[in-house]
Amino acid sequence: MPVVTSFRRLSEEEKYERFMQRIEAGEKIEADDWMPEDYRMTLIKLIAMHAISEIMGALPEKEWVPKAPSLRRKLGIMAKVQDEMGHGQLLLRVAEDLMAPLGKTREEIMQDLFKGDLKFHNVFHMPAPTWADAGLIGWLVDGAAIITQTNMLDASYGPYARALKRICAEEVFHAQHGESIILALAEGTKEQKEMLQDALNRWWEALLMFFGPASSETTGASKQDITIKYRIRTKTNEQLRQDFFTKYVPRILALGLKLPDETMHFDEKQGKWIYKQPDWNKFKEIIRNNGPKSKERLRLRELSYYHNAWVREALSGQSAAV
Amino acid sequence: MKITKPEELHQHPEYKEALVELLFQLADDDFILSYRGSEWLGLAPHIEEDIAFSSINQDTMGHAAMYYQLLEDIGIGKADDLAHQRPSSERRNAVLLEEVNGPGHYLHEPRYDWAFAVVRHYFYTQAKKVRIDSLKHSSYEPLAQVAVKINMELYYHLMHWRTWFIQLTNAQGEARERMKNAVAKVFEDFGGVLTLGAKGDRMVEFGLIESEETLKQRWVQAMKPIFEEVNLDLPSEFGMKRGNGRNGEHTADLDEAIMTLSEVYRLDPLTAW
Ligand SMILES: [Fe+2]
Ligand SMILES: [Fe+2]
Repeated sequence: MPVVTSFRRLSEEEKYERFMQRIEAGEKIEADDWMPEDYRMTLIKLIAMHAISEIMGALPEKEWVPKAPSLRRKLGIMAKVQDEMGHGQLLLRVAEDLMAPLGKTREEIMQDLFKGDLKFHNVFHMPAPTWADAGLIGWLVDGAAIITQTNMLDASYGPYARALKRICAEEVFHAQHGESIILALAEGTKEQKEMLQDALNRWWEALLMFFGPASSETTGASKQDITIKYRIRTKTNEQLRQDFFTKYVPRILALGLKLPDETMHFDEKQGKWIYKQPDWNKFKEIIRNNGPKSKERLRLRELSYYHNAWVREALSGQSAAV
Repeated sequence: MKITKPEELHQHPEYKEALVELLFQLADDDFILSYRGSEWLGLAPHIEEDIAFSSINQDTMGHAAMYYQLLEDIGIGKADDLAHQRPSSERRNAVLLEEVNGPGHYLHEPRYDWAFAVVRHYFYTQAKKVRIDSLKHSSYEPLAQVAVKINMELYYHLMHWRTWFIQLTNAQGEARERMKNAVAKVFEDFGGVLTLGAKGDRMVEFGLIESEETLKQRWVQAMKPIFEEVNLDLPSEFGMKRGNGRNGEHTADLDEAIMTLSEVYRLDPLTAW
């Protein structure tokens, strides 16, 4: 194809210009297409972090899988956590394809996680001490994830956009699964209601943090500018957080729960929710693996990885022999 | 004799007694092994296996739920109560299936043994397959119908564990050693999986299931070619080293498991969760 040969002869600047034209026209970039280095690196970081967050995200709920209070709940939470592992796997594949030209594999992703170079979502560093936490994670953490992931459904990188489409469809079931647990508690005994309110109080700050700081000045680490430039996402962190409030504040109140923030209200004039900022210094510490459960969960993942190394060795020995 | 509805059981108290006993064995076996499997979640050798294993555990929990439902339909108690409330002395699962996955706790320093997981699940699933094939012709029709449903999912489970078993046992070095140890360990208590317990003869008499000996021979026949393929000896007798779970004999591992799996349920057994 002549288009291909001529593309190779283009200078880097011209390639870049073509690339920008393509994504601005709404075209999708595929794994084998030319892409700017920082686009590739941003995607690898974003998708590897997303993948690992799905996998690490299985751990707080995993605590409650064997303990779920009925056969139906046991089945529901097992299916939910399995889906999360499935999302992790799907995203790892997308990240692996992007890393292949750099000669890197899944092994590097795992090593980066263990070394602390690859971060996972702040919410999954938090404790989940009661059954209500398991419900709340499904309802509000997955609810928040639906909002951030929907924001990237039209991402310029085709493989990621397609993976997100599948993931979002399942996240809707997760939010329903969580909501069903929450509803049972909200309609239950005094103790059940208290358990639920405690869980909401515990998770509120982490939920606000989930969307990231409003601007890079807050923590000096926001990736939102570059992802917007490259059409990976459309809305800013703050817009997403506002969307979350609009969707969930009325639902939370309708269940008879109290918001753990007395200042929270919708300002008609400004057309936005006014709320108490989470402690962004705490956020920085949490994602540096200094959150309440960071070390314990990393240890769990690392231990199982090394403890089962003999299995992977046996399998690779065999595939080499075939 | 054929029983098509739970209501007919009133006229046959002895039949009912044998049926209840059998249903508890079937339910408790799947329930406890699925529980042990769920402790593995997030800890399997690779992510692909985590997903596949979890899917099998869900199916297995689903099977337990169907059996507990049959018991509920007979009026023995609510399915959730039967699963969560009964003390170990009333449980009828094989002791092999209650054993911990390995040293450590599922949330703290788990050093679970994948070789043991593969062998236990594979041998059990083959025994379950033999049992289900027999139950498809059970004189209690609601049970025969459940067996048909379960059978559809078993094909995949069996293939999954067989593949792991052959791959790891035929690998050289450390893997083969670990697998041989796991096989020896599982056989010490495998008799407890194959037995129908003290009331087994009545179950057979009433046409609920075929005899223990027949089922055992079918299991051996199914495993023979596999053992040849991996070059291991298949014994003809299997132990019950730590007791017969069908008669209510259990280990501390089961008590600990019941405490964990009913932790939330016990906060308030009367409320809806
Ligand atoms: Fe997910
Ligand atoms: Fe989810």
